[in-house]
Amino acid sequence: MARNRTGVLGVFPHLDGATEAITRLREQGYAVTTYSPTPRHEVEEALELPESAVRIFTLMGAFTGSAAGAALAIWASLDWPLIVGGKEIVSLPAFSVIIFEVTILLGALSTVAGLLITGRLPRIGGGEGLYHPSFTAGRFGVFAHAGPEQVGQAQTIMTESGSEEVLVDQG
Amino acid sequence: MATEELRSVFHPDVANYEQVNRDAMRLLSKPGPGYLALLGLCVTLVVIMVIAFAHEVYYGIGFAGITNPSGWGTFITTFVFWVGIGHAGTLISAILFLFRAPWRQAIYRLAEAMTVFAVLTAALFPIIHIGRPWFFYWLLPLPSERGIWPNFRSPLLWDVFAVTTYLTVSSVFFYIGLIPDIAAARDSTTVPWRKKAYTILSLGWRGTDREWKNFTRAYLFLAALATPLVLSVHSVVSWDFAVSIVPGWHTTIFAPYFVAGAILSGVAMVVTIGVPLRKIFRLEAYLTELHFDRMAKLLLLTSTIVGFAYGMEYFMAWYSAELFERDVFFDRVFGQYWWAGWSMISFNALVPQLLWIPKIRKNLTAFFIISTFVNIGMWYERFVIIVPSLSHSYEPWKFLNYHMSYTEAAILLGSFGWFFMWMLLFLRFLPSLSIAEIKEILPPPLKKHDAHAHALDDHDVRVVEELPTGYKEFERR
Repeated sequence: MARNRTGVLGVFPHLDGATEAITRLREQGYAVTTYSPTPRHEVEEALELPESAVRIFTLMGAFTGSAAGAALAIWASLDWPLIVGGKEIVSLPAFSVIIFEVTILLGALSTVAGLLITGRLPRIGGGEGLYHPSFTAGRFGVFAHAGPEQVGQAQTIMTESGSEEVLVDQG
Repeated sequence: MATEELRSVFHPDVANYEQVNRDAMRLLSKPGPGYLALLGLCVTLVVIMVIAFAHEVYYGIGFAGITNPSGWGTFITTFVFWVGIGHAGTLISAILFLFRAPWRQAIYRLAEAMTVFAVLTAALFPIIHIGRPWFFYWLLPLPSERGIWPNFRSPLLWDVFAVTTYLTVSSVFFYIGLIPDIAAARDSTTVPWRKKAYTILSLGWRGTDREWKNFTRAYLFLAALATPLVLSVHSVVSWDFAVSIVPGWHTTIFAPYFVAGAILSGVAMVVTIGVPLRKIFRLEAYLTELHFDRMAKLLLLTSTIVGFAYGMEYFMAWYSAELFERDVFFDRVFGQYWWAGWSMISFNALVPQLLWIPKIRKNLTAFFIISTFVNIGMWYERFVIIVPSLSHSYEPWKFLNYHMSYTEAAILLGSFGWFFMWMLLFLRFLPSLSIAEIKEILPPPLKKHDAHAHALDDHDVRVVEELPTGYKEFERR
């Protein structure tokens, strides 16, 4: 859904005020971006967010890691076949440690890549919508993406839900 | 009932979200002379270490006292010691996260920083110990002109993989957890260069729904990956010993024994750092008695496991009826290293048993002293495992009494300077209280009480135990 870059930002001192505004705005068909100082499931519930895609990155990274670890140990041992301590050239019990560590390594790194991609980080420049520094302290923010004709209605909803400050970005 | 009256059971003195930010930012203010003096001391120790290391490189590894049969002296002892210190950080940040223990929130950042810096310290030692540090890349599986590769069946190569993975994953985990808090620091700081640095480091974090949703998931998966990793790392370190046939090393108990010991030493280090920090920065509202009580129980548990392992080692040595095995274990407590052997047993297994007494457990000074004993005792444990076994193995003509050289002593001392230097810098430059996660266990600000999905039926209750968000999501499914 294409979202307006302009809109109305409500700064809420209370969590339930913010969730009320989210619910009411979504009923009116607004696209909503929220800001919170800490993850709250009430906000996620009000937004009805789909499951995060990070898990796919983790799984793919871990599988790639297992394959890469096994391939490295097996191929390198076959590349210069040298019997050590009477063990097989391809000694899987010993290689399991390598396979395990590379699984974790690539799983973790691709989880981070997944976070950066799905979370759209790092945010270069201003990003979309208004922001207020109190959102990392104790305030909850609700930004309603709205065109110029919808601003009035969004402002009313914000104020009625208990926003202590309403900011408007007309673009 | 006014919402302000609701308090978290863990932080009854924390009134609201804003207070967490204020208190965390207090640590990032201009340092006093005491801090600078400590930092100066640490840097001096690092300089001493660098000089000692330069001497060792110039004159050769023998100058540091590394010789046969004690090829692994203080350096490897200290390596294992620092890797072990790191383990409590991952335990508190990842394992307790998966177990949904809300008391971890206040201390985990500190413990996690400790992990990263301890592993960073440990990583120095293999490099120092190889004597020709410019060849350190021979440890890595890189193609050479002869097409020969490292031996993948060797525990020493497993160790390279385990420790580098651990350093990478714990650094990444540490940094990812820091992002929302660096953003909080960015939004509140007034110092221009700090604002610029925090803006870059926070990656432009704003705490949007999209960011939090993916962040909480990614954090959960990182914790799930770090948990088996931390158990594997010290197991692999223990296999450096257990896979060889040196008497005193060749036992199957080593992996769990080392992991329990690692957690014991790490928790002790968290306490050793946490108690003075709480006092100096007046963090009583965050590092409460409850936190220290739980850490005392963790210390007691791991100390008991370690004590059991000590007993089991002696039992197995006797029961195996193996001459060399019995001799090494006899030598540990009655031989030339009897002082190290008895220090290890009394500091790690006996002294912490005092924590059974609630009065001692609640007395932070006593707890601090006990944790210091454990720190020393755990260094001795690694010393006792490594040195007496090597210097007293099969053939009497190979016996050699090992003494720590001045070079080794200087590098050991310098490693503490190196570790605490990073810790001190961390305290002043990055948020050492996990701002966003402490807020997870505080009751959220509400205008009307019953709107809270998990509101209390009994309005007389003044404290609530808020669990991390993920738990509620789990419950909901």
